[in-house]
Amino acid sequence: MVISVDHLTWMYETMYKIRYYEDKMAEAYAEGKNPVFNIGAGPVPGEMHLATGQEPAAVGICVHLKKEDTVTSPHRPHHHAIAKGVDLNRMTAEIFGKVTGLGKGKGGHMHLFDPDVKFSCGGIVGAGIPHALGAALAAKKKGTDWVAVAFIGEGAANQGAFHESLNMAALWNLPLIVVIENNQYGISVPKSASTSVPSNDIRAVAYGMKGYYVKDNDPIEMYDVSKEAVERARKGEGPSIIEIETYRYLGHFQGDPELYRDKNEVTLLREKDPIIRMRQFLITEYGIEEQRLIELENKAKQEVESAYQFARESDDPNPEDALNDLFV
Amino acid sequence: MQKTKQRLLTGNKAIAEAIRLEMERDPNVLVMGEDVGIYGGIFGATEGLFQQFGPERVMDTPISETAFIGAAIGAAAEGMRPIVELMFVDFFGVCMDQIYNHMAKIPYMSGGRVKLPMVLMTAVGGGYSDAAQHSQTLYATFAHLPGMKVVAPSTPYDLKGMMISAIRDDNPVVFMFHKTLQGLGWMDQLDASVGHVPEEAYTVPIGKAKVVREGTDITIVGIQMTTHHALEAAKKLEQHGIQAEVIDLRSLVPLDRETILQSIKKTHRLLVVDEDYLSYGMTAEIAAIAAEDGLYDLEAPVKRLAVPDVPIPYSRPLEQFVLPNADKIFHEAMKLVNE
Ligand SMILES: Cc1ncc(C[n+]2csc(CCOP(=O)(O)OP(=O)(O)O)c2C)c(N)n1
Ligand SMILES: [Mg+2]
Repeated sequence: MVISVDHLTWMYETMYKIRYYEDKMAEAYAEGKNPVFNIGAGPVPGEMHLATGQEPAAVGICVHLKKEDTVTSPHRPHHHAIAKGVDLNRMTAEIFGKVTGLGKGKGGHMHLFDPDVKFSCGGIVGAGIPHALGAALAAKKKGTDWVAVAFIGEGAANQGAFHESLNMAALWNLPLIVVIENNQYGISVPKSASTSVPSNDIRAVAYGMKGYYVKDNDPIEMYDVSKEAVERARKGEGPSIIEIETYRYLGHFQGDPELYRDKNEVTLLREKDPIIRMRQFLITEYGIEEQRLIELENKAKQEVESAYQFARESDDPNPEDALNDLFV
Repeated sequence: MQKTKQRLLTGNKAIAEAIRLEMERDPNVLVMGEDVGIYGGIFGATEGLFQQFGPERVMDTPISETAFIGAAIGAAAEGMRPIVELMFVDFFGVCMDQIYNHMAKIPYMSGGRVKLPMVLMTAVGGGYSDAAQHSQTLYATFAHLPGMKVVAPSTPYDLKGMMISAIRDDNPVVFMFHKTLQGLGWMDQLDASVGHVPEEAYTVPIGKAKVVREGTDITIVGIQMTTHHALEAAKKLEQHGIQAEVIDLRSLVPLDRETILQSIKKTHRLLVVDEDYLSYGMTAEIAAIAAEDGLYDLEAPVKRLAVPDVPIPYSRPLEQFVLPNADKIFHEAMKLVNE
């Protein structure tokens, strides 16, 4: 498939931006947690799940989405949020618990809501799938060509909400796409110890929908299958499952001792990093000048830098604000 | 003066030791849950068990709470004694049907003919910015529903003794441990999370509260973390000439009415402190007990301190605003004794 240069450069730039964002978040998260790690300390307290290494899943499908399409995301949400176009300043401010954040500091890293671009996420595994199902239902009822994408981890595919939602999506022929990021682990449990089938796309047969599988964290392959799945959904041809083989470079959360895996595993994975591969691919296959890529990289960095600056310079919420917003 | 050497354990190690001893004693005891194997439980409650007993008795499960908690019910009915871990109590939402419609009701609906000797172990508590879906205690949610015993121990000694009681109990027991009282290296370090724990198996009865500090001027009732906050507040109150009696509730179901009533007979004032939501909660339950059976012992209205009926917010200043702490207890207690 020939891909437009605009799409390719957007994907590259966005992957780069995500990586840079997550690297900076790892640093910010570590502040105040040295020499003794304390989960509640520093400018970014609480659990922190980073998506470093999982960029292809997010960009490969979001490149096909428009503002009116819905995305739901789980506890590891930053890459999806960035690819869906969530306001980076307000997202970062939320993660820093600031009053300028998406949820005025009430939500935090696992609970980001940006209705302007129809993005949401949450901390309960599998819970976002029915929400996307509902958005797909609304899109159909309203007579639009909008679609809904639910991102989940491979661990979430064993949650009841997954199976119930997929059956309904197929039954009602809804424009739902469930993207399963198989990053090989649910916390410490490898997929082989949690899942009875080798990959979740083959479960699609059980619901009467289409299943796709993307090997080896490949953004281009992800682009291709997502294009088909999104187009089919827009045309009313029904829901799909896409499973992508991807990799979690970091611990489940920051501070995870990772005693359940070989330290060498990630070193090997980083050697075939999708961002480096994509960069190479753009230069050799599409003849894009390296200078152009450097410009995109700088632009991405700058955007991220200013989001972090915005977050740090913003004010804390007033303590009493805790009592507001329970009812609208 | 002779000082005996005491063996100190953290909360998480006390729980794991209790489970280990019972697994050694009874081959029907097994553990199921997410990351309970090599990881040893996210909050360390199953630390070392996988290494000793292997994957047949310490089973990592898929993220399928309805299925594995339901499976514990089925296995318990067959005479196994499963301990299942619900990683955070907040996740009860995906599996509550198994818990309250089945685990809690089957023994009753069967006229007592089906026994479910199982333990549902779960982590509770906030204070470290884990936000609305990972910081709740939900004590009252479980305590409200008849048919399960609910315990919430607050010291390593009680964690071990009550876990052994829970495993040996022929009824379903919900065993709540407080994350910050587990003594984990990656959370706040509290003295209260380390304590004397004898090596041998022993039981602490389910259904008995404990007076952890004697006093004459005011009774403060706490649950887990709020007990420790109350003890801290009591020290400060003492500097102001006020002797607070502090009760650690320990067991939510059955609830030890007697210990509370005895205490207010002596102090005539009652403050109840809970890390759960204020309304319809444990504080209301205890206030009702005082109103029903201790009203004439009281010299002032009962006071309650708990989360003011909002979800737990993420940002530190917001979260600290809604959670009870020693300072807030001190101020409430001062007001109450001056009434
Ligand atoms: C219902 C529920 N059960 C358990 C958890 C705890 N938990 C959070 S993330 C996670 C693992 C998720 O694995 P996966 O879906 O593969 O996503 P990944 O973390 O690998 O991105 C678990 C068990 C939860 N948040 N919600
Ligand atoms: Mg995973």
